Amino acid sequence: MALEGVNMSRASDFHVLIIGGGATGAALAHDLALRGFRVTLVERGEVTSGTTGRHHGLLHSGARYAVRDPESARECIEENFILRRIAPDSFELNDGLFVAITEEDEAYLEPFLEGCEACGIPTQVLTREQALQMEPNLNPKVRVAVRVPDGTMDAMRLPLRFLATALSNGAVVRPFTEVVDLLRRNGTVYGARVRNHITGREEDLLADVVVNAAGPWAGRIAAMAGVDVPVRPSPGVLVAVEGRWTNMVINRLHPAGDGDIIVPQRGLSIIGTTSWVVEDPDHLDVPPDHVRRMFEKGAEMVPAVGRARLWAAWSAARPLVGSREASTGRELSRTFKCFDHASEGVEGFVTIVGGKATTARAMAETTADVVCRKVGVSAPCRTREVTLLPHTAYYDLLTTQGF
Amino acid sequence: MRRKFRVFRYKPGWSRHRYETYMVDLPDTATVLEALIRIRRDQAPDLTLRHSCLHGSCGTCGMRINGRERLACLTPVAELPDPITVEPLYNLGVVSDLVVDVPAFYEKFTLIERPLLRRSEAPAQGRPPEGIPAFTRLESCIECGLCLSACPVVATDPYYLGPAALAAAWRLVEEPRGKDPAAILALVDDPHGCWRCHLAMECSEVCPTGVHPAQAIVSLRATLSASPKMLSQEENPTHA
Repeated sequence: MALEGVNMSRASDFHVLIIGGGATGAALAHDLALRGFRVTLVERGEVTSGTTGRHHGLLHSGARYAVRDPESARECIEENFILRRIAPDSFELNDGLFVAITEEDEAYLEPFLEGCEACGIPTQVLTREQALQMEPNLNPKVRVAVRVPDGTMDAMRLPLRFLATALSNGAVVRPFTEVVDLLRRNGTVYGARVRNHITGREEDLLADVVVNAAGPWAGRIAAMAGVDVPVRPSPGVLVAVEGRWTNMVINRLHPAGDGDIIVPQRGLSIIGTTSWVVEDPDHLDVPPDHVRRMFEKGAEMVPAVGRARLWAAWSAARPLVGSREASTGRELSRTFKCFDHASEGVEGFVTIVGGKATTARAMAETTADVVCRKVGVSAPCRTREVTLLPHTAYYDLLTTQGF
Repeated sequence: MRRKFRVFRYKPGWSRHRYETYMVDLPDTATVLEALIRIRRDQAPDLTLRHSCLHGSCGTCGMRINGRERLACLTPVAELPDPITVEPLYNLGVVSDLVVDVPAFYEKFTLIERPLLRRSEAPAQGRPPEGIPAFTRLESCIECGLCLSACPVVATDPYYLGPAALAAAWRLVEEPRGKDPAAILALVDDPHGCWRCHLAMECSEVCPTGVHPAQAIVSLRATLSASPKMLSQEENPTHA
């Protein structure tokens, strides 16, 4: 038995190429670098320019999914507590409220509390008066509120901390580098042909394992390997209004729907979101009726938000896992899936899709475990314990790579 | 609407930059950033630009639009006359097209080790729940570099600390968060520190998040002029 370890391969013998510089790719680069792999991450634009940077900035308690999507809810609350530990000073930790405005909302209280308890999400039921004391701008019609451990993150700067730490452990990050094709021989993916948009040059990057972490573009990358992944780009409209009208994250106490969350961030309040399904994540529009709906629904929870000046309205495509039949995206789970395409006859190629910004670290852990298994390396995950470098270190370390 | 864009193009190895013209069909509500993303998607796949949040929180899409420093994501195309000229920020060095040398920004900014989190000031009447001593929020500065691009002194003095770093320094003096304000004041009390500013006020004019670096610089000067000896004794010299 003792000899088993001697025969194990070393992580440093293997090079892993990660496609996609969003939260998932960033957390994966960090995880693999900590385990000792040689890692290169390529991103076609600036890092976090796809879906990651565009989310509302919610550090999820998971409460939103506790009733209908408990798997995702459990992932969120577990990761929420891990992130607080490994990324101190990254979050506005003011907690969140689920507020009941109507009688119908109030009827949802019981299943909501049961769901949260089953998923391990701490809750505190607050009276109308208690809630208004914490958040005087809440709709005075609020009937009851539930406090949960939500928070606010900076959608770009948290992934930059993963990338900074990955760089410090030897990973190479290459923004503005687009994959134009995968290199394949006898059913094995052994690298990618990339185009550097700064120099205009194309080159081949060889790798023992290629990981497709392209989010809503994952289907396009998988097609280069001749495999299909069930990713559904599901855009949502988000609206930022001027003014910080609450300090806590405000959620509507009812099943997930349009305009059911207000996330305060810096001097703004961000209202989210709508949900539909598209074929091409490079063609997103911002339907004006969705923007109006965000104002209306947001104002039901915090009336001042409905009168505030529009700061920005934009769309982001969630990379949900689901069947082609999905029509709105609401019916799809927020959990994630990692596919080892060896089961479809393609070696050297792994896809990770789904998930949320809050669960990026867990997605990376699962994916890195798959990579380890594929190449026969035994190296435990260490990302639950290691404190991340500050986001500013990303740019310091990138300089040393000759950006 | 169909609009005309003149976009600054430069790649390493070129002897000089050039301007390319693109015609783009856009929805009425489109921003300059959406227009550039469409230009890259449909006409110029090698166009490099930085963007992330699309709502003025990340600070990556700072550029000069018709000669003025703006965040492209917060600039509606409808309010600009044709042609819309888009150029990279000044004073940081151009890497490729609209991408400037971002590490050059952080070289000075990180000299001031200002935490990202601060006390939240709004809404003022809210009382935090049990277990949360005070509501906090992320700092207003989004590190976009617009102030550095607009500053005439940064353009002429490579050693000048610059408006972003000085504004960060003032935030630490204002709210020390466990740091020593005297050390920060000593750092900025330098010919290339807060005394170098000419009060052109351009930094405050272009700041997209209301940080007001010029006011911060004046406050640093006032604090240094007032009673330097008291600084080490007072937790918060602004209230002295």
